[in-house]
Amino acid sequence: MTDTTWDASKPILEIENLSISFFTRMREIPAVMDFSCSVMAGESMGLVGESGCGKSTVALAVLRDLGKNGRIVSGTIKFKGRDLTHMGDEELRHIRGSEIAMIYQEPMASLNPAMKIGAQLAEVPMIHQGMAKEDAWKLARQIIADVRLPDPDRILHAYPHQLSGGQQQRIVIAMALMSKPALLILDEPTTALDVTVEAGIVDLVKDLGTKYGTSMLFISHNLGLILDVCDRLCVMYSGEAVETGNVIEVFDKMRHPYTQALFRSIPLPGADKNTHPLVAIPGNFPLPHERPPGCNFGPRCDYFKDGLCNAAEVPMFPVPGDDRHATRCFRWTEIDWEAPMTLKASKPKTPIGKVVLKMEDLKKYYSVSSGGFGSGTTKVVKANETLSFEAREGETLAIVGESGCGKSTFAKVLMGLETATSGSILLFDENVQSTPIQQRNTDTVSSVQMVFQNPFDTLNPSMNVGRQIIRALEIFKQGKSDEERHARMLELLDLVKLPRAFAERMPRQLSGGQKQRVGIARAFAGGAKVVVADEPVSALDVSVQAAVTDLLMDIQRENKTTLLFISHDLSIVRYLSDRVMVMYLGHVVEMGTTDQVFQPPYHPYTEALLSAVPIADTKVIRKRIVLEGDIPSAMNPPPGCPFQTRCRWKSLVPGGLCDVEMPPVKMLEGGHQVKCHLSDNVLATMEPVIKVAAE
Amino acid sequence: MDETTLLSWGQIIARILQQFLPVWIALIVTFILSIRYKRKLGLYGKLFDSPVGMVGLLLVLFWVYTAFFADMIITMDPIAQFGRVKNPPPGTPLVDPKDGQYAYFLLGADHLARDVFSRVVMGARRVLMIAPAATTFAFMVGVTLGLPAGYFGGKLDTALSFAANLVLAFPVILLFYLLVTPEIRVTGIPTYLAAVLFIFPVIFFCTLFNSRFFTSPPKRNLYVGLTLVIGLWAYSGLAFNMDPLGVWSMDPNLLNVFVSVVFVNSPTVFRIVRGIVMDLKARDYVAAGQTRGESAWYIMLWEILPNARGPLIVDFCLRIGYTTILLGTLGFFGLGVSPESPDWGSTIDDGRKLLSLYLHPAITPALALMSLVLGLNLLADGLREESLKD
Amino acid sequence: MLKFVARRLGVMVLTALALTFVVFYLTNLPPNLEKLARTEGSVRMTDQAVASWIENNGHGGSVFGRYAQWLGVAPGWVLTDDKGVTRGRCIRAGTDPAAASSYCGVLQGEWGFSTVFKKPVLESVLQKLGSTGWLMLWVMIVMVPTSLLMGVLSGMREGSRTDRGLSIIAIATTATPEYVSGVILVAVFASVTAGVSPILHEWGWISTKTLFLGTATSAMDNITFWNFALPVLTIALYGIGYIARMTRASMTEVMVQQYIRTARLKGVRFRDVVMRHALRNALIAPFTVIMLQFPWLLNGVVITEALFNYKGFGWTLVQAAGNNDIDLLLGCSVVAVLVVLVTQLISDIGYVFLNPRIRLA
Repeated sequence: MTDTTWDASKPILEIENLSISFFTRMREIPAVMDFSCSVMAGESMGLVGESGCGKSTVALAVLRDLGKNGRIVSGTIKFKGRDLTHMGDEELRHIRGSEIAMIYQEPMASLNPAMKIGAQLAEVPMIHQGMAKEDAWKLARQIIADVRLPDPDRILHAYPHQLSGGQQQRIVIAMALMSKPALLILDEPTTALDVTVEAGIVDLVKDLGTKYGTSMLFISHNLGLILDVCDRLCVMYSGEAVETGNVIEVFDKMRHPYTQALFRSIPLPGADKNTHPLVAIPGNFPLPHERPPGCNFGPRCDYFKDGLCNAAEVPMFPVPGDDRHATRCFRWTEIDWEAPMTLKASKPKTPIGKVVLKMEDLKKYYSVSSGGFGSGTTKVVKANETLSFEAREGETLAIVGESGCGKSTFAKVLMGLETATSGSILLFDENVQSTPIQQRNTDTVSSVQMVFQNPFDTLNPSMNVGRQIIRALEIFKQGKSDEERHARMLELLDLVKLPRAFAERMPRQLSGGQKQRVGIARAFAGGAKVVVADEPVSALDVSVQAAVTDLLMDIQRENKTTLLFISHDLSIVRYLSDRVMVMYLGHVVEMGTTDQVFQPPYHPYTEALLSAVPIADTKVIRKRIVLEGDIPSAMNPPPGCPFQTRCRWKSLVPGGLCDVEMPPVKMLEGGHQVKCHLSDNVLATMEPVIKVAAE
Repeated sequence: MDETTLLSWGQIIARILQQFLPVWIALIVTFILSIRYKRKLGLYGKLFDSPVGMVGLLLVLFWVYTAFFADMIITMDPIAQFGRVKNPPPGTPLVDPKDGQYAYFLLGADHLARDVFSRVVMGARRVLMIAPAATTFAFMVGVTLGLPAGYFGGKLDTALSFAANLVLAFPVILLFYLLVTPEIRVTGIPTYLAAVLFIFPVIFFCTLFNSRFFTSPPKRNLYVGLTLVIGLWAYSGLAFNMDPLGVWSMDPNLLNVFVSVVFVNSPTVFRIVRGIVMDLKARDYVAAGQTRGESAWYIMLWEILPNARGPLIVDFCLRIGYTTILLGTLGFFGLGVSPESPDWGSTIDDGRKLLSLYLHPAITPALALMSLVLGLNLLADGLREESLKD
Repeated sequence: MLKFVARRLGVMVLTALALTFVVFYLTNLPPNLEKLARTEGSVRMTDQAVASWIENNGHGGSVFGRYAQWLGVAPGWVLTDDKGVTRGRCIRAGTDPAAASSYCGVLQGEWGFSTVFKKPVLESVLQKLGSTGWLMLWVMIVMVPTSLLMGVLSGMREGSRTDRGLSIIAIATTATPEYVSGVILVAVFASVTAGVSPILHEWGWISTKTLFLGTATSAMDNITFWNFALPVLTIALYGIGYIARMTRASMTEVMVQQYIRTARLKGVRFRDVVMRHALRNALIAPFTVIMLQFPWLLNGVVITEALFNYKGFGWTLVQAAGNNDIDLLLGCSVVAVLVVLVTQLISDIGYVFLNPRIRLA
């Protein structure tokens, strides 16, 4: 398949001064401007940036799949020396899937639901190599084994919906590898997956890249993941590449203010909400048609200089001495990159007060009829099993777990949207476990509120922002008259640092972060004492995450709110929580203070979880622990310990106890609880997963 | 001009265009104003970005204004018979026109020597009075039942869906033959049906206002009170013909047709609403409403329904068209509002019997009906396309 | 799968019972029975005579009882009048009452006697159904491939010129009910005074007065292109637009799915993307629509048969309703309801079959 005219020492992919625009009826919207990068054979290149920065557009432009409205305005994309931008459809078709293959964000959506896996895989060599059907299926079987899927024969004849998310992603990877492409484009391949599943996929991608000698273009918003996978990276901001170079050099010696600001806004080990708070990037991402003159990052940049940065378009400046390192900044030579970041005044720690919420042996079971057409058998899903904990005034309790761990059910029961099967919930000394929300009094309802995950879903799209907050005030019986409530609504907007003019705006006119702030204002409308935040920042861009997290912390400090922070992201949990509760399949497997949970001894699941989270710091050394298989379904949990199917310590428990018996809660020092059969001696031998290398 | 010769087609068209003068003026004014202010008019304004939507709107508005100005447009009394000549072709002069009387059958006359042009224009008024009103009622019923069915699910949903499917499984034509007969009026079934179907708007608006304003009782009492007074007043008149003031009333024949059309349409609306609600109820803003202790009806009516408006508006347009077709079908089978009535279905039915000899009595109302329904369908298509873009 | 079919069948039987009961109730309303009495007896009967006629002919008693008799789950009525003549639901005139069976309802195949056709209902309904069957067959042959092709062609490249053109045609046909398209088709192709026929006749291209026949009565005995094309087209046109719109919507939705992009970026030819990857997924929705079109097609059949004077099932229905022929109307309703329910069942099963995602249980 290799082109004879192509010289292996030249880049496989060479993009030069690429500009892409989307054309709507109203105007031309430039999506990518003057973008250049090159990928050598066997190299993996990371494209990193926030949503809307144009990184996926670049990927699709390489495959020339920009849709009806997108067009390459100028520049060239050379693949093995041939210009893709002027290639005819037929020629392009021979390259797609055979020399350049792509792996997508949502595996379920990327597979044809009505075709068998085998047929979808075998199609690739049948098209490109004209392979016979039997040989193609044989090859498919072999590649399925290569992506480490069990029972390839069954999978060949399965339909996509019969596989789990992680398995589907492995199939998508297998499909990309079917004709041994020279370049693999991965567009956020793990974003839709759980962290422990993500770790397995990342390992697989790295190994296969080496094995097949494939070059990779890896697109992600996650700097940690880029560090794990890539050799080089390119940081994008608002349609432009702002910095490019070797991963280690860019991470350690960044030469662009945006890259620097990005690193300062993500919670790395060592950041702490009180002493080392995150620095959010001020302002908002510019809309594509409202980009400023000159440097796009100018208006948000600490080093902005009027008359220079906004005078002319900024070219890429090579950083001498480094490995093809370049930055798009006029002032990069003037800035003192080694200067320590000006610390924001460290904030006092919120004093922890009396217990406001206490759960004891809470259980929540659902009965679900299985089978698509209600074939009669009902199954009991144990969404929460014997949950016991307490939360105090002013405290942040993080609830950590992956999908199916029961954290959302827990929130529903607490809020009163569902009633508990058994056990008790004591809220301000009042039993509420079996009081549905309709029967709770206004005080109770207004003092327990929730902040939701999806900013695009949290506000009613057809009601203006002010009206939505006022409605909450009305329901919580705040204010005596409409005028009073209106005034209070404006104060709430002040509280979440939004301009008062936003009261008249419709939700669609707001950015994700702004919507999330309105959601927070609404939750605090009735002076909430306990706030359940269900992944409040996971759908936001990293630079916005920091600002929203800070806001939550500030409001908590002021109001002495108890925050129940539900998250799967251990970095942010470490940053802001006082205590952590780790859940797996409805069980609390570990609970303790943040320090206790992040230090050994761990519960084996916590250990794996910690190891799975990528950290964007070159100084951190992580032990790789990759869990086998997927999270079991809550409908069909394994017998004995829920984690036994994936536990790497299982062999150290004598007598196969894990298979048959639910482990008891083991109390370690300082109130640290672990639900595990491992003996104290074994627990004591555990090593820390994360080590910060000495400088 | 010789009295006995027919008008040429050019003359006929010129005269018709002249008759429609008020409609042209109204259309031009509407379009100029709408296009000038289209950016401030929301979804309606966006319609002027879509050629398909604009053509649709033009056709619909043409018939709306025709219905409105019908008295100025018609050339003769649509029910009266002029002369003894059967089926005179378009452009035939009247035998002995009286003073001030229009001298020509512009589009001919039917087998009873009634002027086709005037009948079609008056027919527009009939259709545009009944079809949108019947559709509105069908929507009230469908929405009021579809919301709880989708939101609560469970047994309520099973029962309501079964009932809806029952009605939908009926071939429409059979239902009409059974429901719209002179005999059935004697039994009072249409009145019972009306009693059930017409109460839905009152229920709808009462719950709508109560769920929103229960936090401030004076306001709530005002709105709910007003709804009850006006609603029940109209209800007594429309359903039972017992309005003490005699303002609201409906001819029993019309009531029968109206009720049947509402009855046939509401299950489909129910299904659409139920489907949308099942989709929207998983949204976080619904959960936010629940966690602040809102009542189920507030969530359905104020959080979910406004966000379902896009597909519902589109369906509303389509459904008016469908209702127009249904009314035509009824007329076609002689089940129409009244035998004299100039509604399009009956006129087509009258005309079709001599179709291969005399085309004009049937083809004019046929084209009229088709253009109105086409306009509504194009309008719906334009609205759908524009509401998807944002 | 079996359980699913069983459940569906259960619901179907329940629906059939409910629907037939409603029809029975509405056709056997007192005013209808009085009318029947006057047409069967004499027009000048006194109210009292009418009442006793109703009573003596088994139309008295509760509507549920009569429904059960009609259905054949309760024994038919038997009455002996003052002259000692025993008559009953199951007793034919002139036969021995003792020999008659006690149950004789729809379930036993006794569908009653048509007063219009003076024939047993079952016989006339089956005969007419045969005629309509031919009409439906040709409608399907014309409608399904045309509409699917139109839908797929316009949906595979949304917004293209083909799409715009086909969409307008589809919208226009859905805006044209059968009684309008029938009139227009006759005007254009089968009118002595207008359309193409006079011109063609003048040119000597056709020997007959009109190109197509304006009625389809002759098609009862011998179907030809010239007597059958217009009725078939009339019914098909309305459905074509509707199904094409559905297919287009489904196709456009599928074409923007990520797995279509996957296929495209695998290097699959556009033609194969459409044929192998999109089509099966895109046809799931229209399939159910086509099946659920049957109640509506029945409408079209009634209108078209009336318009073209084709004596089929729809025409029979009109006759039955117009002449207060209660047994015949009931018979027609049973057939109509059965047709609708069977198609719904096929649609459900087909949906499960086409969509591997729900092939569980």
